[in-house]
Amino acid sequence: MTRSFREKLIRKAFFGFAAVSIIFLLLIILFLFREALPTFQFVSIGRFIFGMEWYPTYEPPEFGIWPLIVGSLVVTSFSTLIAVPLGVLSAIYISEIAPPAVKEILKPAIELLAGLPSVVLGFFGMVVLAPWLQDTFDLPTGLNIVNASIMLAVMAIPTISSISEDALYSVPREFKEASYALGATRHETIVKVIVPAALSGISTAVILGMARAIGETMVVLMVAGGAAAVPESIFDSVRPMPASIAAEMGEAPFRSNHYHALFATGVVLLVLTLAFNFIADYVSHKFRETGSATL
Amino acid sequence: MSKPGKICVWIMACILFVAGSAAAAETVIVKGSTTVLPIAQAAAEAFIKKNPQINVSLSGGGSGDGVKALIDKTTDIANSSREMKKEEIALAKSRGVKPVEHRVAIDAIVPVVHPSNPVQDLTLEQLSLVYQGKISNWKELGGADKRITVISRDTSSGTYEAWSQKVLHNAKVTPRAQLQASNGAIVQTVSRNRYAVGYIGIGYLNRSVKPLKVNGVEASPRTALSGKFPVARPLYMFTDEKPKKAAADFIRFILSPEGRKIIEKTGFVPLK
Repeated sequence: MTRSFREKLIRKAFFGFAAVSIIFLLLIILFLFREALPTFQFVSIGRFIFGMEWYPTYEPPEFGIWPLIVGSLVVTSFSTLIAVPLGVLSAIYISEIAPPAVKEILKPAIELLAGLPSVVLGFFGMVVLAPWLQDTFDLPTGLNIVNASIMLAVMAIPTISSISEDALYSVPREFKEASYALGATRHETIVKVIVPAALSGISTAVILGMARAIGETMVVLMVAGGAAAVPESIFDSVRPMPASIAAEMGEAPFRSNHYHALFATGVVLLVLTLAFNFIADYVSHKFRETGSATL
Repeated sequence: MSKPGKICVWIMACILFVAGSAAAAETVIVKGSTTVLPIAQAAAEAFIKKNPQINVSLSGGGSGDGVKALIDKTTDIANSSREMKKEEIALAKSRGVKPVEHRVAIDAIVPVVHPSNPVQDLTLEQLSLVYQGKISNWKELGGADKRITVISRDTSSGTYEAWSQKVLHNAKVTPRAQLQASNGAIVQTVSRNRYAVGYIGIGYLNRSVKPLKVNGVEASPRTALSGKFPVARPLYMFTDEKPKKAAADFIRFILSPEGRKIIEKTGFVPLK
């Protein structure tokens, strides 16, 4: 075996391994669409997405997932509102302010948060947070948007924090040094130089955090309450799309209308998460030119 | 909690103490409703202790799956929490299977509230209105002036199907109703929510929730059996007209006095 042949072989092998994940992705998407498309033979796309009623097993059935879409968007936006300040500020603290000893503890602790199984968070939300919310605010139920948003925020914080932190680290040293040389304080340097320079990375972090929240299933299945109605207050129950799919798929008869409609819900979810990923990609590319050379 | 009990409960009850004997053990395959599963499981344990030469292979999957397997001849016994549908019977006959129904037990579906709730008794009509969202305050039922939190099961559950037939007469459950994916989850939620109402199979009743009387009748094995308690349904096992001997023995065992005692222990109501 000649050396160049071996080189070639290794290159091909690695290409093969890299290709496997893409092939899997494509096959899954193909399968998803194949199972979802029959939905639109019995309900129009408009009525499916904007329909207000989700009664898949009634006679006649209703397949409107608007309440589920709203449920997903509402819990995702509220969790972002909670997670962004916590995640970004903790990243700033860790990368710019914290003394090394504190950093040693804080960084792994936040990373550990990412390792918490979502079902454990769900239990916590169900057994601890829900009764507390209900007693404190005298609500009809503690399984509601607020509860789900808090739990999803806990899941999104590590994503947002660690990606923001990477972005802050990659701000060139010269920026900081130049800022100090001009007589700026540490506070001014952080607010006016470092954070703006890392903004594209931070935005990516936020969007990826949102993508994580919108696709999360276990937590919303356990703590969002599961009411398939458009909420009227932040203390109402909702049923985000993943929860609906997880709860109903087990017993939907194979290849029935209900089954196809659940797959179509999955496609809507996939499109939303993909949109988040594309936005993240766009944002990080668009603002990338702001390197040290251009300033 | 990906409906662990539901999606794939594979409980292989295999016995291996036919020491040295080379004779292949007979196997009874049982498949279907997860509501009936606890009965089949408890009965199978006792059954194979008495008949060590027989294996019982148990799995869940839901009533529909069990019936499908019976039609495809991949199971000996199909557990079901509902009767077989006309189409299913027709399909079975076209494949040369003549399903025979064995009622094994009665399951009462009991409305439950938080133990602190003063409401004791509701009529079917009231329950129906509550679940349709037309009664939304406990005040209207003699309780506190608080919004009712209606808790229901996922629309594909057999318990839900029975509840919606017997109580709602197939009217739609309000979309504001919360959804829980199992009997256990409903008990858990209701026990922690003072304003909630849910419904569960009588086997799941415990001290953490308070059962409501329906039309003045308390849910109990006796009232469920006599038909006085209005929200009760039979649980079935289906076999082919000519089941293999081991399967017939198993069914006979479940319907025997000993089997009835086991059913009672699992919380369901055995038939006389």
